[in-house]
Amino acid sequence: MKNLCLVSLYTLLRAEILRITRIWPQTIIPPIITSTLYYLIFGKLIGTRIGTMAGTDYIVFITPGLIIMSLITNSYMNVVSSFYFARFSKSIEEILISPMLNLVILIGYISAGIFRGMIVAFLVLLVSLFFTSIKLYSICLTIFIAFLASLLMSLFGFLNGMFARTFDDTTIVSTFLLTPLIYLGGIFYTTSLLPKPWDLIATLNPILHIVNAFRYAMIGVTDVNVINAILIIILSCVLLTVISLILLTKGYGIRK
Amino acid sequence: MMKKLQLALQINKLNKIYSDGTVALKSISFEVNKGDFFGLLGPNGAGKTTAIEIITSITNKTSGSVTINNIDIDSNFPLAKKKLGFVPQELNFNIFETPLQIILKQAGYYGIMRKDVTSRAEYLLKKLRLWDKKDTPCRNLSGGMKRRLMIVRALIHEPELLLLDEPTAGIDVELRREMLSFIKEINNSGTTIILTTHYLEEAESLCNNVAIIDNGEIIKKSSVKDLIKTLDTETFILNLENNISTAPKILDYNFTMIDSNTLAVEINNKQNLNDLFSKLSKSKIKVLSLKNKANRLEEYFIKLTENKIR
Repeated sequence: MKNLCLVSLYTLLRAEILRITRIWPQTIIPPIITSTLYYLIFGKLIGTRIGTMAGTDYIVFITPGLIIMSLITNSYMNVVSSFYFARFSKSIEEILISPMLNLVILIGYISAGIFRGMIVAFLVLLVSLFFTSIKLYSICLTIFIAFLASLLMSLFGFLNGMFARTFDDTTIVSTFLLTPLIYLGGIFYTTSLLPKPWDLIATLNPILHIVNAFRYAMIGVTDVNVINAILIIILSCVLLTVISLILLTKGYGIRK
Repeated sequence: MMKKLQLALQINKLNKIYSDGTVALKSISFEVNKGDFFGLLGPNGAGKTTAIEIITSITNKTSGSVTINNIDIDSNFPLAKKKLGFVPQELNFNIFETPLQIILKQAGYYGIMRKDVTSRAEYLLKKLRLWDKKDTPCRNLSGGMKRRLMIVRALIHEPELLLLDEPTAGIDVELRREMLSFIKEINNSGTTIILTTHYLEEAESLCNNVAIIDNGEIIKKSSVKDLIKTLDTETFILNLENNISTAPKILDYNFTMIDSNTLAVEINNKQNLNDLFSKLSKSKIKVLSLKNKANRLEEYFIKLTENKIR
């Protein structure tokens, strides 16, 4: 059984990584172009006029936010598009008829989402080095929070992939929920700039906790309690994992 | 003492009601012996595919049990599924992948390492004439190649029980013959086969045992031989040397005129062809050739469903 789990997990992950690399103009290039434009416009052109934010250069302040934004959207989109396409093309049946365990199916898809998120985050970090220099506050914490954030977003994407009935459903959540939450999640500003009660309302946004925890790990600046933020992310991951496994066991959206 | 046959598949009181309320299966039960070539026959919408998809767990059952090689799929599904290979009715692979990628991936899902399955993949791809296309994205393959690929994929992990859901639907005669010959070869090597098909001549020539399913119920289970024995009439088409204007009136025989030199005649199991020919000869009608109007299983099938409608 152990051999079955390991080999099937390796196979699924390999297939998913091959997919990411096969369509690299869709998966790897766009976030690099987008982040370069953000650095040019918000970092160089507008950022120099803003000066500092939370005691740091504006371009340094937005760097963790731009990295985590790319990580979040890529982890999420990878899983939702891959899983929904497998359902749409019925190639998910290759997995359903096999002896693979539900947990292995979940880990396989989620790991691919984490892989793409981390790769893209690393490339955006490299892009940032052309515009500014950053001394990492804590490398381990940066990697840990990046991992947690991509795990959470991959799980979120997996659930969206299960519930989606059409290709439109795979973009509705990202367009109407994820993107507003990301832009209102403190990537470009600190919540101390918000008037009351919006500064408190902003803390209800889970992305704000991810962005600030990551910003703290990278440059040591945060608007929220980092321990609480990490706990919120971990608890959300556990909750989404349990929901995903229950739905997989019931065969929701994948078995008739 | 009779030796007890080992079962490859046991279906017991299987029910399926879809979420929209459609009752697809009504407590069906049947067994398939190891090494058998078993046909699951029935008209469109009868419940064949639902039954097959429940066995493969693509569809959830409402109630009942499925046992593969004496392993209940609910209690030990990884072990039960390892024994199973499935060729679905519709194409269900990623068209952007190549045949080799698809096959090696499928083996991996069954826990088989790539290095352990490479030679088998080569053998099967060569056997089904896909080796030259092994690195071609599947979207560029012909319909027949895609169907053959699904057979290779289903066999890559050497299943003991192979389920084929309309494997020859929509493919040309030559390819169908080739595929069926290969499937027969697999069966001869010991793999149990369950075939659903619309082509009843396929079932008659290949299957040892059949179950006929209609409206979600098994209406007949038998060996093909026994089914055919129960047929009391067969219809033959006679090709005549001379043109005739009306169907002959010969006692005991029921003729139908198809055209001026073709007749259909019903022969029951108490009549014989020698007698028919001698009576036709006396009426100055010469027969050049004859053939069955339909295959025998098809006649039985039509009779059975007609009786049911009545």
